[in-house]
Amino acid sequence: MSEHNEIDHVSGRSTTGHEWDGIKELNTPLPRWWVLTFYATIVWAIGYWVVYPAWPLVSGYTSGLFHYSTRASVATDLADLEKLRGEKMAVLGNASLADIEKDPALLALARARGKTVFADNCAPCHGSGGAGAKGYPNLNDDDWLWGGSLDQIMQTIQFGARSGHAKTHEGQMLAFGRDGVLKKDEIVTVANYVRSLSGLSTAPKFDAAAGKKLFTENCTSCHGDNGKGNAELGAPNLTDQVWLYGSDEETLIETITNGRAGVMPAWIGRLDPVTVKALAVYVHSLGGGK
Amino acid sequence: MGEAGLALGFVVFAFVSFLGMAMGHDAAFSFHAALACAASLISVIVICNRYLDRPAELPPAEIGGRPNYNLGPIKFASAMAMFWGIAGFTVGLIIAMQLAWPALNFDLPWTTFGRLRPLHTSAVIFAFGGNVLIATSFYVVQKTCRTRLAGDLAPWFVVVGYNFFILIAGTGYLLGVTQSKEYAEPEWYADFWLTIVWVTYLLVFLMTLVKRKEPHIFVANWFYLAFIITIAVLHLGNNPALPVSFLGSKSYIAWGGVQDAMFQWWYGHNAVGFFLTAGFLAIMYYFIPKRAERPVYSYRLSIIHFWALIFLYIWAGPHHLHYTALPDWAQTLGMTFSIMLWMPSWGGMINGLMTLSGAWDKLRTDPVLRMMVVSVAFYGMSTFEGPMMSIKVVNSLSHYTDWTIGHVHSGALGWVGFVSFGALYCLIPWLWNRQLYSLKLVNWHFWISTIGIVLYISAMWVSGILQGLMWRAYTSLGFLEYSFIESVEAMHPFYIIRAAGGALFLAGALIMAFNLWMTVNAGRASETEGAAALQPAE
Repeated sequence: MSEHNEIDHVSGRSTTGHEWDGIKELNTPLPRWWVLTFYATIVWAIGYWVVYPAWPLVSGYTSGLFHYSTRASVATDLADLEKLRGEKMAVLGNASLADIEKDPALLALARARGKTVFADNCAPCHGSGGAGAKGYPNLNDDDWLWGGSLDQIMQTIQFGARSGHAKTHEGQMLAFGRDGVLKKDEIVTVANYVRSLSGLSTAPKFDAAAGKKLFTENCTSCHGDNGKGNAELGAPNLTDQVWLYGSDEETLIETITNGRAGVMPAWIGRLDPVTVKALAVYVHSLGGGK
Repeated sequence: MGEAGLALGFVVFAFVSFLGMAMGHDAAFSFHAALACAASLISVIVICNRYLDRPAELPPAEIGGRPNYNLGPIKFASAMAMFWGIAGFTVGLIIAMQLAWPALNFDLPWTTFGRLRPLHTSAVIFAFGGNVLIATSFYVVQKTCRTRLAGDLAPWFVVVGYNFFILIAGTGYLLGVTQSKEYAEPEWYADFWLTIVWVTYLLVFLMTLVKRKEPHIFVANWFYLAFIITIAVLHLGNNPALPVSFLGSKSYIAWGGVQDAMFQWWYGHNAVGFFLTAGFLAIMYYFIPKRAERPVYSYRLSIIHFWALIFLYIWAGPHHLHYTALPDWAQTLGMTFSIMLWMPSWGGMINGLMTLSGAWDKLRTDPVLRMMVVSVAFYGMSTFEGPMMSIKVVNSLSHYTDWTIGHVHSGALGWVGFVSFGALYCLIPWLWNRQLYSLKLVNWHFWISTIGIVLYISAMWVSGILQGLMWRAYTSLGFLEYSFIESVEAMHPFYIIRAAGGALFLAGALIMAFNLWMTVNAGRASETEGAAALQPAE
């Protein structure tokens, strides 16, 4: 290491006189713009501390000249939103479902509201177009497990199905196999009988008479004598070729053996009553409302 | 005797691990205990063999008046860095494609996004980045202190122990073992092991500094030391946990609620600040002047921006928690300290870029130097973008969107990735005393990866801002204009572009791995480097 600080010939600067593994350092002063910008950010920060909540104190904090708080800011934003939505939503809230159906302007408003709410809350299970999926009903067709009138749809949205809510739809497909009500071969027979109800092909050795007998003894109490279902109990119509879980023999055997009890959550409480109402109107309008 | 002590320690640890394996409450814990047991037994055998093979005296600190540098652990860590880099980039590409085509998670628990994502982040940050940092720090501290690394087995314990931590952490993620803290996912026993390794790392580094032959400590070593000490503090601060059982993998963090969130982002942000910034600035401060053969631009700037950086960075964490349950005053401090951090961060960029003055022509001919200089440019860009995103009004648009991902990757791919690649391209030939196999391939690597980065970050900028705007759009009636799923659908093309960018970046890294492999195994012996590095100062 040299004692005197040498001059770097490219920059004309002196070095600091140190050297590490061949690396030297120049004695360049701090760039002025760098220092000034650094000071400017510090000044800006101090100014920000003066006007906004900034430093913790023993019990509390410096609240700043603007007395800003995130909570107050959210409240303002929500109030602004209410103002934007205006009295229209209040009218919607006061109108009955039948009134909404009759008034085109209200109907359009309810559908607009229902559309966005549906997409963020219902679409994950029922699909963005309401077409459903295995275990999740299609909302576009005219087949309704719990009824397709406006009131019935609203009831279902509010309290759900098997949701645990006190007013929820109860009733479920029993586990005939697991609970030992039907034997394995009987289940196969019933499954084929159920397929025959909607005109689907049956297994070659299928005994239709035995199937009918088993069906009458075990299934008609919920699904009805002719298998047309019962919306009071959420028992599906078995004759309409609409299948929640599937119509192939294997799926039907699984359904009859272990039962089915899909859950729809109760939305009241999570969504406000006006929103639920708008949602009911929207779902009703998807194509299959009765 | 250090060897006897360490060997005995491993024997005891093997026994404890064996008990853990036999009595573990869950399969993942038993599996990890089995790994620890096997690793301990192998360590005992290796230590004993080494003892029997080596001469009675430990390797001398100097040979013929020149320091006898300890390069073995550095070679190991650099090779591991390359391995984990490829692994981490590959997993990153996989999860990028999963986001574009969700079917690619194959409906298997081990390959879902939720498990592969921490595998990706840990593999690239801690496994790749960590090994690069350990390798370069051990190299730089020896060279710039003109002394052999402190300890005999200790440096080996650091590099092997650290990689064992990575193994435990990574396999844990795949098996579903996580404490669900971002960038701090490993469970209590892995954290405990890392603490032991890290304290050893600190001691090795400090003791080497203590016995230095140079009167002053080189700037890179300040940054390395700040990185090592702060990571230790962050690790201990963020991870205190009570295991449900000392024979099981699950634990609960001591902090709760918003305090936990505050600790988490104090940790998370300073992992960026001290691991990904301070540590890699250390690399920059040694490798750029060395490669450019120019003096560091400004000693004064280095000292001012160093202290400003480490003082200000530690406050900035709350900007990750804007508009949350975190008190307003803490959000303000996080944001204002992030703004004040802008110039201290840029001090490093100025020093990195201006060191090139008088050597700019080398950028045309030396793709390795070009890689490192471009990395400093990316550093400057992302350290401007970061303070900007910490401003609350900007954050209200950018938070939770892909913009954050884009920001992180301009720093991670551009800055950390490129400066690491540049350092490895320098280091590997120096360590093995070889000439780099092909500069042309470095050039290919540079361009392919640069295009990849540009595709990646521009796709994420557009998709992030689009996402943020879609989420806040209201109709004239006062209802949300778009549903969440519509914003997801809108992301699809950008996710494909991002995956393409990631694929290019990975392709570049594969070219690099080939190049370095050929350098070590088929390269020509270096004519000058070994001698030049040892030349006395003029």
